[in-house]
Amino acid sequence: MSRRARLGLFACAGPALAVVLVLGFRGLPAFGHYHGVYGLVVNGVELSLRHATDMVTALNFDLRAFDTLGEEFILFAAVTGVALLLRELRDESQRGSAADDGAHSFSGASDGLRGASLLLVPLIVALGVYIVLHGALTPGGGFQGGLVLAAGPLAALLAGRYLALKRLAPHAALEVLDALGAAAYALLGLGGLVFASIYVKNFLPLGIPGHLLSGGFMALNSIAVGLEVTGAFLLTWTEFLDQALLIRRRSERS
Amino acid sequence: MPHVSALPIVTPFVAATALVAIRPLARHWLDDLIAVAVAAAVIALCAVLLYRSGSQPVTYWMGGWRPSHGVTIGISLSIDPLGAGLAAFSAVLVLAALIYSLRYFDAAGGLYHALVLLFGGAMAGFCLTGDLFNLVVFFELMGTVAYALTAHRIEERAPIQGAINFAVTNSIAGYAMFIGVALLYARTGALNMAQIGAALDAHRADPLVVVAMAVLFAGFLTKAAAVPLHFWLADAHAVAPTPVCVLFSGVMIELGVYAVARLYWVMFAGPMHPHLIALRAILVAIGVTTALTGAVMCFLQRHVKRLLAFSSISHVGVFICGLGLLGHRALAGVAVYVIGHGLTKAALFLCAGVLLHRFATIDEFELHGRGRELRAVGIAFALGGVLLAGAPPFTLFAGKSLIEAAASGSGYGWLIAVFTVVSALTAGAVLRVAGRVFLGWGPASGPDPQQARAARERVDELRDAREHTPRTMVAVPVALLAAAIAVALIPGAVPAIERAAARFTDHGAYAAWVLRGAGVHWPAIAPSHVSFDDVLYGLLSSGGALALAALALFGAPLRASLPGSLRAGLATAVAGLRGLHSGHVGDYVAWWTAGASALGAVCLLALG
Amino acid sequence: MSFLPYAVAVWLFVAGLWGVVASRNLVRTVLCLSVVQSSTYVLLLGVGYRSAGRAPIVADVPVVSKLVDPTVQVLVLTDIVIEATVIALLLALVVQAHKRFGSVDPADLRPLRD
Repeated sequence: MSRRARLGLFACAGPALAVVLVLGFRGLPAFGHYHGVYGLVVNGVELSLRHATDMVTALNFDLRAFDTLGEEFILFAAVTGVALLLRELRDESQRGSAADDGAHSFSGASDGLRGASLLLVPLIVALGVYIVLHGALTPGGGFQGGLVLAAGPLAALLAGRYLALKRLAPHAALEVLDALGAAAYALLGLGGLVFASIYVKNFLPLGIPGHLLSGGFMALNSIAVGLEVTGAFLLTWTEFLDQALLIRRRSERS
Repeated sequence: MPHVSALPIVTPFVAATALVAIRPLARHWLDDLIAVAVAAAVIALCAVLLYRSGSQPVTYWMGGWRPSHGVTIGISLSIDPLGAGLAAFSAVLVLAALIYSLRYFDAAGGLYHALVLLFGGAMAGFCLTGDLFNLVVFFELMGTVAYALTAHRIEERAPIQGAINFAVTNSIAGYAMFIGVALLYARTGALNMAQIGAALDAHRADPLVVVAMAVLFAGFLTKAAAVPLHFWLADAHAVAPTPVCVLFSGVMIELGVYAVARLYWVMFAGPMHPHLIALRAILVAIGVTTALTGAVMCFLQRHVKRLLAFSSISHVGVFICGLGLLGHRALAGVAVYVIGHGLTKAALFLCAGVLLHRFATIDEFELHGRGRELRAVGIAFALGGVLLAGAPPFTLFAGKSLIEAAASGSGYGWLIAVFTVVSALTAGAVLRVAGRVFLGWGPASGPDPQQARAARERVDELRDAREHTPRTMVAVPVALLAAAIAVALIPGAVPAIERAAARFTDHGAYAAWVLRGAGVHWPAIAPSHVSFDDVLYGLLSSGGALALAALALFGAPLRASLPGSLRAGLATAVAGLRGLHSGHVGDYVAWWTAGASALGAVCLLALG
Repeated sequence: MSFLPYAVAVWLFVAGLWGVVASRNLVRTVLCLSVVQSSTYVLLLGVGYRSAGRAPIVADVPVVSKLVDPTVQVLVLTDIVIEATVIALLLALVVQAHKRFGSVDPADLRPLRD
């Protein structure tokens, strides 16, 4: 179709879709007046039965832990897919000898910026660890914390040291971290099957509400997810950065 | 409650992580061994579930969160024979794809196997889950894996474009599903399908329920490739690696139809009951449009994998018609037909893969006569065409007969004519290719020569030299065809599927066994019998396929004798239809919007 | 006012689709896709909100206090993960498209044109 025809078709179809959706949405409860029973029950049972205080994490890693399994593996599949799509192809080669190191630093990165970003690395990592571990208590958990954790090493990039970052977190190690985190989550579920005879059933002591070690196996689930998310995002970022900075087609080089 | 319920999903997931973790070892044989062993194990696990659910359906509450005081907060696997059977069938095709690809892919060791296993686990989860949101999660997982696999041959151009169109359109379909989930959650406060269904039973259908149904159906019909939500399919299936096409055409798109059936009978059958006749008309209309569009486009192709892709769209149209009749007998027919079609279409794709490996092209005219040396493949390909035509008494015929009997019973007897045309066109196209490629019949050059360029393969998929065809690549399609012939001939197989379909469509009983764990006593179902008329229709479509193939191969003088104005008119119509399949993702999304809004508007007007 | 969040969701959905349809650059297509997806965030969170409700964290909160629905927040978290993954995959495809076609205009990506 020509561009005109395409936009013309959408000019009719888009508003029609909007009308259909509005007609359906008019049946929703008025904003702020939702009284669904699901959330009320969750808010009621999780503290008493599982000693968890963050309901979102409790849903994520206990009640709907099986959804999270799917979600984990969506992430794992996407990272595997990105690795497949951005692999070094037969007509490409990677440059990346130590001699090229200088070529990948951001020109204009001052010493101040470098020092500050290297200083950031341990701080970000510490924050990430905190968020992962306190998932069952306060807002946070494996996903959020893992993302923060992955951002730590990335600060080394700000310092203009991409190859140093690659040495710090080599590709194969990140792949193993990603796979290990995903596997750990699935195997924790199997722990439920073995020790409590049902998949993703809690099989650990519940602890005291509000303490670090509470909520049963939620903390372990959170750590597994945290590992996977850290590996997954670092892997994805370095795959893209490799494309931008290192991988060239052979014909371009010669 | 069998303890293995979750394992068909979890085992391939864990194995996939292992395959990625051992990549640094770079051992092809180890990857192959793990993948094939796990796929075989999943078949065994699904068989256990199929056997157990045959006597009494299984509800497995994840984490032990059973419903209490009538409220469901956990996720359930709700396993009935039809769902378990479909999971088992998808596992069989995963195993077939993995065995076929034993000699495949030097470049990305391990990643391919890992993705195929993830795909298998996601399909099993999709078939077994009883939770609406969990269903959407597995849909997204299937999608994520499928987008990556489509673009596996990333060195070439067409796979990139096919994967982008696939990912964009199916992601939008997923967002539509999220809207549907949000609407139903707002109305019922539940995510378990049985619980939502029970909550909706209490009220008449209002616009919120109708729109929720329409957007959910539009989402899953995008995966099923119903016209006009189908555009992504041909672009993706034509370019994906051949063994992946087996999974795409053989079972993935059928899962879209399965989801629509599941959602209708579990959640919407209550509120929609007063509007049964209108909903039937809407679904049958979608099905007929899809079947005819797919069949015509199929016959027009010279890129063989693309031809098979359009053939799949056409057959999905038949599935939607059968589902749209909204009865258990027609649904049983669809289930039988899905098995027969999946096995046959898988075998045809695999035969095409042999051609592609051997001759580095998949263009019908460039392959003219070159297939003579591959006699076994030629026989398999032609046999696949005959089966696809619905020749009696094989599996596709058995399925089609059931659908046709149900159609006559519901006042849709004219569907038989549509099915006959569809079978004749799609099978005729396959037989035409068989005649031209393996026997050298008909002219060696045809219209649209620019298409030949897109059908060539620059970079080989396989590790073996082109002169050598690995034996597994011939053995797997032959085995699949043997199964396609045999399934319906096994005594008791078709009646068992009829019983399973009758249970699947029992709205009230589903809620009882999922939510209350009640034992259910099913009424006995009298098995259907093949009538003389069915055999007649089967012979008619087979004869039509042969005639169309002969006409396409040798009919040039006949075509030339048509009056010029008629030929010009036909050519314009064909060019118009082809022009719609432009490959531009913006076009596809515009059509998606049109299709989704039309479905919503018609549902609101007819079912409100 | 009680319909406003839902109207925003409708607007985001259709406006994002418009962006995808009208796009001449695949990166823009991908970004517009995430606009469509954010419509689902607004709708889900809007559905679960309760006036003057607090975040569903029960530490240091009297048990009787009103909390918003936590379930929709979990659904949105899943939704966000899906968005991140699909966008990563699509951008990887766009990188490769740029290499192989020398263009990121969808109109130039037509190897299989019928």
